[in-house]
Amino acid sequence: MALLDVERLSVEYQTLQGTVRAVRDVSFSLPPGRALGLVGESGCGKTTLARALIGVLPRNARITEGAVRFEGTDLLRLPADQFNDYRWRRIAMVPQAAMDSLDPVQRVGDQMVETIVLRGNLTRAAAADRARELFAMVGLQPDRLRLYPHELSGGMKQRAVIAMALALRPPLVIADEPVTALDVIVQHQVLQTLRDLREALGVSLLLITHDISVVASLCDDVAVMYAGRIVESGTVRQVFAEPRHPYTMGLRNAFPSLRAEQEHLVPIEGYPPDLAHPPQGCAFTARCPFAIPRCWEEDPVLRAEGDGQEAACHRAHEAPVLRVQAAEAFARLAGDEIRSAPREAC
Amino acid sequence: MSDAERTLTLPTRWSQAASSWRDALGTLAVVARRDRFALVGIIIYVAFFAIALLSPVLAPYNPQELNYLPGGDVAANLPPSLSHPMGTTNLGRDIFSQLLYGSRAALMVGFVAALGVVILGTLVGLVAGYYGGWVDTVLMRLADVAFGVPFLPMAIVLVAFLGPNIWNVVLVMTLLLWRDTGRIIRAQVLSLRERSYIEAARVLGASHTRTMFVHIAPNVLPLSFLYGSLAIGWAILTEASISFLGFGDPNVISWGFMLQDAYNSQALARQAFHWFVPPGVCIMLAVMAGFFISRGYEELLFPRLRRR
Amino acid sequence: MLMPMLEVANLQKHYTLHGGMMASVFGGRRVVHALNGVSFNVEQGQSLGLAGESGCGKTTTAKLILKLLRPTSGAIRFAGRDISDLEGADLLGYRRQVQFVFQNPYEALNPRFTILRAMLEPLVIHGIGASALNRVERVADALRQVHLDPPEAFFMKYPHHLSGGQLQRVVIARALLVEPRLLVADEPVSMLDVSVRAGVLNLMRDLTRRHGLTTIYISHDLALIRYMCTTTAVMYLGTICEIGSTAEVIGRPKHPYTQALVAAVPDPDPTRAERVVKISDTVPTPLHIPVGCPFADRCPMVMDICRTVRPALRAIEGVRVACHLYEGPEEVH
Repeated sequence: MALLDVERLSVEYQTLQGTVRAVRDVSFSLPPGRALGLVGESGCGKTTLARALIGVLPRNARITEGAVRFEGTDLLRLPADQFNDYRWRRIAMVPQAAMDSLDPVQRVGDQMVETIVLRGNLTRAAAADRARELFAMVGLQPDRLRLYPHELSGGMKQRAVIAMALALRPPLVIADEPVTALDVIVQHQVLQTLRDLREALGVSLLLITHDISVVASLCDDVAVMYAGRIVESGTVRQVFAEPRHPYTMGLRNAFPSLRAEQEHLVPIEGYPPDLAHPPQGCAFTARCPFAIPRCWEEDPVLRAEGDGQEAACHRAHEAPVLRVQAAEAFARLAGDEIRSAPREAC
Repeated sequence: MSDAERTLTLPTRWSQAASSWRDALGTLAVVARRDRFALVGIIIYVAFFAIALLSPVLAPYNPQELNYLPGGDVAANLPPSLSHPMGTTNLGRDIFSQLLYGSRAALMVGFVAALGVVILGTLVGLVAGYYGGWVDTVLMRLADVAFGVPFLPMAIVLVAFLGPNIWNVVLVMTLLLWRDTGRIIRAQVLSLRERSYIEAARVLGASHTRTMFVHIAPNVLPLSFLYGSLAIGWAILTEASISFLGFGDPNVISWGFMLQDAYNSQALARQAFHWFVPPGVCIMLAVMAGFFISRGYEELLFPRLRRR
Repeated sequence: MLMPMLEVANLQKHYTLHGGMMASVFGGRRVVHALNGVSFNVEQGQSLGLAGESGCGKTTTAKLILKLLRPTSGAIRFAGRDISDLEGADLLGYRRQVQFVFQNPYEALNPRFTILRAMLEPLVIHGIGASALNRVERVADALRQVHLDPPEAFFMKYPHHLSGGQLQRVVIARALLVEPRLLVADEPVSMLDVSVRAGVLNLMRDLTRRHGLTTIYISHDLALIRYMCTTTAVMYLGTICEIGSTAEVIGRPKHPYTQALVAAVPDPDPTRAERVVKISDTVPTPLHIPVGCPFADRCPMVMDICRTVRPALRAIEGVRVACHLYEGPEEVH
């Protein structure tokens, strides 16, 4: 049985521009011990989705339908106090801008002990032991517990926040952009720590990020979000090696890699749609070089494409052919003049 | 500057000026729509403005004129009647007419002083915040001095020294009230100065003056207007106090002057409510309306203040 | 050899921190050493990448070149002329030749100006264009060049109406309006979404080539620098630790710091093996600059000499490296 099962979840925001459908009909499941990466660009709904899962949506947001089943219980139908009980104890969150989530006027250790005592019904002494143990686990010297947040570097703060999330040994950790604000080397090492922790504790991870390489280095599975929907999902290897949705294909060519041989990058022309007025058909149609008339009219559903991989595209069955054409097709759609200019020798 | 440049810069400046006025009025409309109190405030001011403009038409008598009874006696201390809706003063002047004309003084002092506060405060804030260093130090120490002096006594002394003239009252008000605006604008400029688009203006070659007035100023004006609108209330109140204490312009009928008149002629003792209550209520309404508007405006500028 | 377009010689920038009241009572003014002697040349038509982590001094370097800050010491020469004392018309002339693309497109345009108004500004300041109409045409041309077509549709828009990618295109178009010779771009795409990054990068590459521009890209992202630049300089704690052709510096890094930096970049390809970076993640502070090599505290290959003698840049196999591990002729400035 899956640890977390999200079924047809939809979330709307009431804004001055009207109703924004930030998350549309999203379903996925996360088996115990796996790590799922939820990738997408800003505004694709990934953070809204994460906040909906732990019930901390802003006031103008509303879950219009769907279920979030955690260990078989639908969290959305729980009374507030019981839902509250699940947070921290069963589902922990490493929030975006985690470094700011530490109280600046309290020692890091005191904050941790406080959390453990409050949520975990432990004595202070036991909680203090636990805190030291957790600090060691995330690669921080336990004497750092005596420091105030401003005395820690960005990477250390991030580690402290991760330690705090793990304090009550939750089976599921949701991490929203856990390494985004960090420098490359620190990022690398925090990722290493997260990998080690997953192995040591067997904790399940839902990682939310815009950075494909972070998913590649940390996750088993990936779900690609676009305009509030999951457009493709599968194991990381499947999706990166053999993408079946044109958006995923486009992303592969759209950002520079340090190691791959790249003649030049191919952008995805255009911008995501305005979710206050989502288009009738597939939301990616306007930016898709492979769009057919059907795409403008009918929104494709996420369908299994064999081997556990799923894609929401009317032409997913042609994926092997489209993949070969993708770079050229996206470049043509972008009207990119550079593609004709030969790259000068460096 | 060549003619060609003039043709280009002038229209853009005009359109910019026009757009900031349109902005300001548009903002006022938004404030009115969002906040009932602010709407009430705006209505009160619109009413006072209409009264001030139309007072020669609306007022049944010249407010300075002495009225006489048919018998030739001065029509002093009459109770309200059809011909004198609020009665007359001890010198036989029509109180209702005085009240209507009083709105002119109040609005003039309030708005001109507020305008002065906006201009002086914004200038000081811009210059201090933008240049920093000793310029900032000197200007902010001046602001400290302005904060330090006891407000009403200082205003009275200055008015007495400069002469009891309504324009001097306005000048004194401006000199004493710019400090809040100056401080706030300086703080705002300090943070704006670090913004990319201000650095961008420098990289594009804009001079210091141009950066300050063309690039930074439009971004601080909303804040200046907020503090300016607060100054309206203060200025009206202070003018009333100065006049009540007898240091005001004797040739201008203001609500404070009316109160002083009433007080001196023992209207309180004679329970002539029709004399001293109306100007009191008007002062209160005008001051309150000013604060209502600034509060609505403030909530628009700083949405976090809004009740949750 | 031609005279370099830009010469940066032994540039230093220190800030004095005005600590709280306690600091001023107990003495001890703290000095931030943002730049500690940076030297490099940029030739006409070259594209130089300044790489490094936050706090390494790369943005400070850019701001000094743009004359947004004053150096503590050292010199910057543009086309042979020292820029430190430029004033009035000379400064205006310099500003016309050196333009900047900002990191945050959402903040680089005045929120109270329409796009047209913002783009007319440089033309008005520099007196470019014979008539108002001509200026508007120039703006339209520039917008078309950055693929904002039709330009009229953008004239009356305010910055908050545009997406990040569109804003960054406007910023690029505005920089090109004055026909500069040197373009400095500070993290030009770091705030943009992945799918629109490539468009902006390709656009910049294309435009700078077409206009024969010399460029300096500043980024923490080595992949971006590899894509955009012919030469790469890696900075650490206010100094350059390695500089040379991009292929060498990123392909075969010599300085232990560059090696760590290259190894730490995560890979989008899950099939590539994870690399292990064996340096401490304690970020150094520019408040206390060590006497010897600034990287000594974190360096896995540290030697005794590293803690006492600061290594100078030496020519090693076609690149220049500041590291005691390598022997070579020392540079003289």
